[in-house]
Amino acid sequence: MRADVLLLVFLLLTGCAAPPLRGTGDLGVVVERATGSLQVVDTTHGTSLGRIEGLGDLSHASVSFSRDGRHAYVFGRDGGLSRVDLLTRRVTHRVIQGGNSIGGAISQDGRLIAVANYTPGGVRIFAAEDLRLLADIPAVGADGRPSKVVGLVDAPGQRFVFSLFEAGEIWVADLADAQRPVLHKYLNVGREPYDGMISADGRFYAAGLFGEDGVALLDLWHPEAGVRRVLAGVGRKGEKLPVFKMPHLEGWANTGNLLVLPEVGRHEVVLADARNWQEIARVPVAGQVVFAVASPTGRHVWLNFALPHNDTVQVLDVETRRIVATLKPGRAVLHMEFTPRGEAVWLSCRDDDAVRIYDPITFRRLGELPAASPSGIFFTARANRIGL
Amino acid sequence: MLGLGALPCAVQAMPDAARRDALVRLVRNDCGSCHGLRLTGGLGPPLTPAALGDRPAAALVQTIQQGRPGTAMPPWRELLSDDEAAWIVEQLQAGFPDAR
Repeated sequence: MRADVLLLVFLLLTGCAAPPLRGTGDLGVVVERATGSLQVVDTTHGTSLGRIEGLGDLSHASVSFSRDGRHAYVFGRDGGLSRVDLLTRRVTHRVIQGGNSIGGAISQDGRLIAVANYTPGGVRIFAAEDLRLLADIPAVGADGRPSKVVGLVDAPGQRFVFSLFEAGEIWVADLADAQRPVLHKYLNVGREPYDGMISADGRFYAAGLFGEDGVALLDLWHPEAGVRRVLAGVGRKGEKLPVFKMPHLEGWANTGNLLVLPEVGRHEVVLADARNWQEIARVPVAGQVVFAVASPTGRHVWLNFALPHNDTVQVLDVETRRIVATLKPGRAVLHMEFTPRGEAVWLSCRDDDAVRIYDPITFRRLGELPAASPSGIFFTARANRIGL
Repeated sequence: MLGLGALPCAVQAMPDAARRDALVRLVRNDCGSCHGLRLTGGLGPPLTPAALGDRPAAALVQTIQQGRPGTAMPPWRELLSDDEAAWIVEQLQAGFPDAR
């Protein structure tokens, strides 16, 4: 009798301590911006599995995933870098690695985490398994001035690519030896690169320029050819509308051979040929686009907008180049994330404290989850994509 | 009444409670996307009392309403009245309240 009770207690204790036996391919996280927490969500059931707290200032936070999809690396604005376990829903490691950071990336082999910092400007490299510091790359431009680092992405060949805002440079860091980064610097790429993206195949790195028109483009298949200027018509030239929020280039939707880019200071998206980076067409839209996110099917691109149009989402059909739906999902729609095969899209509605799930074919709402000032939504399918 | 004339930036018409909440959210979230949720700086400079405390309020109101040409700071006059901008400056210089 006594032994039975002990056995039961033992089983209960060990049962509670072990993470549930399940995969993570249908999991993701929702950043709760104001409270510094994450919710772990299940996209199969449209449910929240729980909350992870104590992650610091998560304004403008972004997330990358380990290649096994179990751990999320959270890059916070306060310089905090956290590694969280989606199954146990605990913070396994956390370091305050800089004063003011803007994002990060995971290496091609999954062993390295890179974090971009504003102050002091630079990139720091950490071991993915325990966040120990491996290398520090201060961002001092050719003119000797320290720069903020923006647009940090991973690239094939165990490399990271990023831009220096003040110096106007693009750097490629080769981390074949993680403790001895080899830097290739491209100078005078344009005034004030403010964000960067890498194409889904890892070939092209593009930096948007705030200080002048056009896009700085580096072909990583031919790095010896240097950085060239493309899409000269994209930019803020002349008197334009105020930009209350800068577009995110990570959101440049790549659908087959077509790129869809938010224009800066105009209520338009630019369609460009992804093979030669030539502008094809422009489509008028409801406001200043922040994110342009392609459905995994490639047929539609969902657009959200800066103030005062941040209650609106539009859907662009890339075949007809027409807006096929205009939705009002809620107040302050900050981010959109498709499930891996695109049967649903999740929208964060910050000022309604809700995440709303939509059917991307019928545009009907499928469900809703409560969340405290939700901003970024990140699903684990990102683990298997270059540049995310 | 007499005192008001000497303070060109004194808030003439204080926003009502609901609007004040909306303004706090706007500053925390939308200004915060460049200046940091805690307003300690990001791509834009810090908006803390230490950074702004001794700057003339009228100049700060002008920066909000007209922006800073040549930088990422947009003019906010389309979204804010001058009185609302003055109220925001007053709060920033005193230590900005948290969103509800």
